[in-house]
Amino acid sequence: MKRLLILGAGTGGTIMANKMRKQLPRDEWDITIVDQHKTHYYQPGFLFIPFGMYNRQDVVKPKTSFLPLGVNVIFQEIDRIEGANNHVILRDGISLKYDFLIIATGTRVVPEETPGLKGPLWHKNIFDFYTIEGAIALADFFKTWQGGELVLNIADVPIKCPVAPLEFVMFADAFFVERGIRNKVNISYSTPMSGAFTKPRASKMLGTLLEEKNISIIPDFYLEKVDNEKKALVSYDEREIPFDCLVTIPVHKGDPMIGRSGLGDEMDFAKAHKHTLRSDFFPNIFVIGDAGNFPTSKAGSVVHFQADVLTENLMCAIENRPFTESFDGHSNCYIETGFGKGALIDFNYDTEPLPGSFPFPGIGPFGLLKETRMNHYGKLIFRWIYWHILLKGKEMPIDSKMTMAGKKM
Amino acid sequence: MAQKIIAGVTVDVNEEGYFTNPAQWTKDLAVEVAKEEGIQLTDKHYAVLDFLRDRHSKGEALTIRSVGNSGIVDIKGFYGLFPGAPMKKAAKVAGIPKPASCV
Repeated sequence: MKRLLILGAGTGGTIMANKMRKQLPRDEWDITIVDQHKTHYYQPGFLFIPFGMYNRQDVVKPKTSFLPLGVNVIFQEIDRIEGANNHVILRDGISLKYDFLIIATGTRVVPEETPGLKGPLWHKNIFDFYTIEGAIALADFFKTWQGGELVLNIADVPIKCPVAPLEFVMFADAFFVERGIRNKVNISYSTPMSGAFTKPRASKMLGTLLEEKNISIIPDFYLEKVDNEKKALVSYDEREIPFDCLVTIPVHKGDPMIGRSGLGDEMDFAKAHKHTLRSDFFPNIFVIGDAGNFPTSKAGSVVHFQADVLTENLMCAIENRPFTESFDGHSNCYIETGFGKGALIDFNYDTEPLPGSFPFPGIGPFGLLKETRMNHYGKLIFRWIYWHILLKGKEMPIDSKMTMAGKKM
Repeated sequence: MAQKIIAGVTVDVNEEGYFTNPAQWTKDLAVEVAKEEGIQLTDKHYAVLDFLRDRHSKGEALTIRSVGNSGIVDIKGFYGLFPGAPMKKAAKVAGIPKPASCV
């Protein structure tokens, strides 16, 4: 028996387990997936929790519900990958041999990287919403908050879902308008980037939206520490932003196991080729999604598009053929803008988000780079699609390669 | 594509003055670009520029934190070398495209 080993049973690992089980004959290939956690989180749903739109039940399901029959599942922490020996060592010392390995261990927030962030004010006046615990603590805080300085800060990039912080402040605007205390809440958006988004046209469109909603942008703010006594953010160039409620997007890193295995960069993101998805270190190791150092968004849509490419390329590698597929960096994000509307962006490594219609040119039903009600419904419907179609690796009517059809230059 | 004459040499740049072809970069050109940014280059600067050019040539994302973890200089020190917006200024002087840090 040959062995395919998948590390991580999140979005990428689960999709790949489903896709590869269909590709590889069961009498020749054993497929095993390893993860330390049993719960699958619908992470795009975390954004909705602080505002009471979703609760815990809306975003959690058991991981095993989405893995196909014929795949072995091991719930245990991974100690390290020994690429030269083609095996993975688990925390309890068990060694798993592989012929091919997929790294899908994702990324995590590391508030400990910033002095003072996880200090006395943590989950009292400082919250993250990239974890279920943080999102729920913030929901509780908002229930009784009477207003003040609400500051969102992005500590560093890359982050998961680069549009989520924008959606957060726009949701907050709508939330406090509806609560009747918007005049008592100042909302600001501080970022190490020079604008709302780095891609020029999207940055302009989103920057204008924030302005209309009276949300101030504080650009080029690179967080050094949080002063808990003063309740202030302090940047490396010694600027300060006072807050009453800080919503932090902490520094992101890859899994420390990547670092221990010598397969990553200094942030523990696995180094891999951005088009082929093959590890820079070993020809039989591939990387998918947030775990990699790919210069594109860390987002579920990217994982979904990469999965099509990876399935093809992995089959090429297994059958000793040249690669037939190349990942173009395709990313597709619904952006909630509040008050029942949303925007949509579609882009790749080389093409910035452009206006137009999606996925059908001229028809839509979704509008690119503009606010529509339909885009908001797209985001809500997506949760159903995620659980029922995407994770199971079923076909979707969207090509993994970005297309210029329907886009206006 | 825009062009710019730096120290008598014609190079391809974008509208913000970033090199679009890193192969056209030389240390002499870096001195001139740095002057425009009000920076006098030292060995420490060059070590950072080499690090950035090397990472860029490998297609890796560039972040301030990656420079801070490089062992060449910490983040405070990086701000000291290229005051204000260190990554943007350093990329410009290193003759590589403006880092698209958020994508």
